[in-house]
Amino acid sequence: MAEVKKIATRDSYGATLRELAAEHPELVVLDADLSAATRTSMFQAVAPERFFDCGIAEANMIGVAAGLSTMGLTPFVSSFAMFAAARAYEQILNSIAYPHLNVKIGASHGGISVGEDGASHQCCEDFALMRSLPGMTVICPSDDIEARAAVRAAYEMEGPVYLRFGRLAVPVFHDPDHYTFTIGKGEKVTEGNDIAIIATGLEVNEARIAAEHLAAQGIGARVLNIHTIKPLDEDLILDAARDCRMVITCEEHSVIGGLGEAVCSLLSEKMPVPVRRIGVQDRFACSAPAWDLIHAFGLDAATIEKTAHEMLGY
Amino acid sequence: MTNAEKLALQKHACRIRIGVIESTHSAKCGHPGGSLSIAEVLSFLYFREMRVDPAHPDWPERDRLVLSKGHAAPALYAALAERGFFPTEELLTLRQMGSRLQGHPNMNTVPGVDMSTGSLGQGISAACGMALGAKVKGLDDVRVYAIVGDGEIEEGECWEAFMFASHYKLDNLCVFLDLNHLQIDGSIEQVMNSAPQDKKLEAFGFKVLSIDGHDYDQIEAAVEAFHAEKGRPTFIILNTTKGKGVSYMENAVDWHGKAPGDADYATAMDELKAALAQLEKEEG
Repeated sequence: MAEVKKIATRDSYGATLRELAAEHPELVVLDADLSAATRTSMFQAVAPERFFDCGIAEANMIGVAAGLSTMGLTPFVSSFAMFAAARAYEQILNSIAYPHLNVKIGASHGGISVGEDGASHQCCEDFALMRSLPGMTVICPSDDIEARAAVRAAYEMEGPVYLRFGRLAVPVFHDPDHYTFTIGKGEKVTEGNDIAIIATGLEVNEARIAAEHLAAQGIGARVLNIHTIKPLDEDLILDAARDCRMVITCEEHSVIGGLGEAVCSLLSEKMPVPVRRIGVQDRFACSAPAWDLIHAFGLDAATIEKTAHEMLGY
Repeated sequence: MTNAEKLALQKHACRIRIGVIESTHSAKCGHPGGSLSIAEVLSFLYFREMRVDPAHPDWPERDRLVLSKGHAAPALYAALAERGFFPTEELLTLRQMGSRLQGHPNMNTVPGVDMSTGSLGQGISAACGMALGAKVKGLDDVRVYAIVGDGEIEEGECWEAFMFASHYKLDNLCVFLDLNHLQIDGSIEQVMNSAPQDKKLEAFGFKVLSIDGHDYDQIEAAVEAFHAEKGRPTFIILNTTKGKGVSYMENAVDWHGKAPGDADYATAMDELKAALAQLEKEEG
């Protein structure tokens, strides 16, 4: 396989904020002492007068963003997913979601691919938390091209958005010349009618690899990239369930409350078919290099391929 | 402030108190005690201080008020109705199905409410964001007021917000503390003592004033000091009486979150109407 360029989606986030700085004077960016890691420092470098470090005080940062948005500004607030979605959950609920304010939460370091920092910093609950909020849009891009488009789309839409980015550099597989991003519309990555693999974030590329292996074995796997966890692209998922009759979901998140359960909720009501959920199995992970964790916790292409075999009765 | 002006404000405060009693009695629930303690500061802000326009509640260059102690919504609603943002009769719909007047303020339903609040500790952060936003947008005339409760400041987020306001030199932010000394489980001194509030806020970098929260001359002087202050936010401690204006509610912890029944309602209305009549008599 030819060498593939790898970029962490947090880098895409920072780079896009930097581009947007020049285009949109209403854009303001807040961080909680993690700007070097979340990459909001790239915005700060070009628009320091519109960058506000809130210190290690995430609850207040969320409220400040709410207040800024009521003044007609568009705030992006950033921290690690653990400290944005989880620590400041109730502030996001009451100060952003309930008044439906135009605040974008750019959370980096989602999932176990945070790696060596360990379980205290690996947020595998953010989809569950953010999905539960009425009116919240939840996005998890799969590569650099998609992440850049997602940040722009989030800026353009009115209302609260949660964006999850990763620490780990991941393969760039989208073609920038032929890629369009629409919030709430998933992407059919591969064709196939034998099994559907519905993935989000870095799992989309793992699903692609698994689908390539399955194709070589004569198995047609339809890979869907569900970059928008909420609102869910129901039509795309229902079509895949109808055509394939069995579904695997893949996410770098707990199997509780994330994409897998969102898909199960949809299918159990409208198109009941067997589903297997690949994700973190209701446990805390641990310190290790990111790829060691992805393999050990069964989030890799090999696990997806094996699960497909099991479902197909191989 | 002339005597006539003061009498006019006192009448507004009295009618705000009547609105608090009528609305909570109608709802059969709500928070009268901490609503009654802020009637003077609300009447001062809405009838003498803040640049607001009831015909254009979303006017971008208006002054803002964030009622961070959102459970005092009955007082805010009564003040807004008194100021003409919506009909006074609507106060009787408080907390009922279909009403705009939610148990805690909702900025998207009630004209004049600048921020949805109710979960303690969060409004003050939003007020900081508004003050910062006014600076970012070059809205130099916009002033942001926040009212926090003395129980509320037990929330850690308040202190994050105070640190932020001072760090970013939000001299367009004025925070009022309703120091009425009572929270649900008892006196703040017994439950979780936040004293000395003045020294703590000074240490956090605020200009701090401590006044009688029911005295308009002192409120006016403190707000004028806020206007004059440059480079740091202002914190005005309102020494108040919880339940002020209704004899049996004053300094009574029971009246934090309980509505008056019919007999108590009648007593409260008699007292407040007598007070209003007395003010009208003084006015001549």
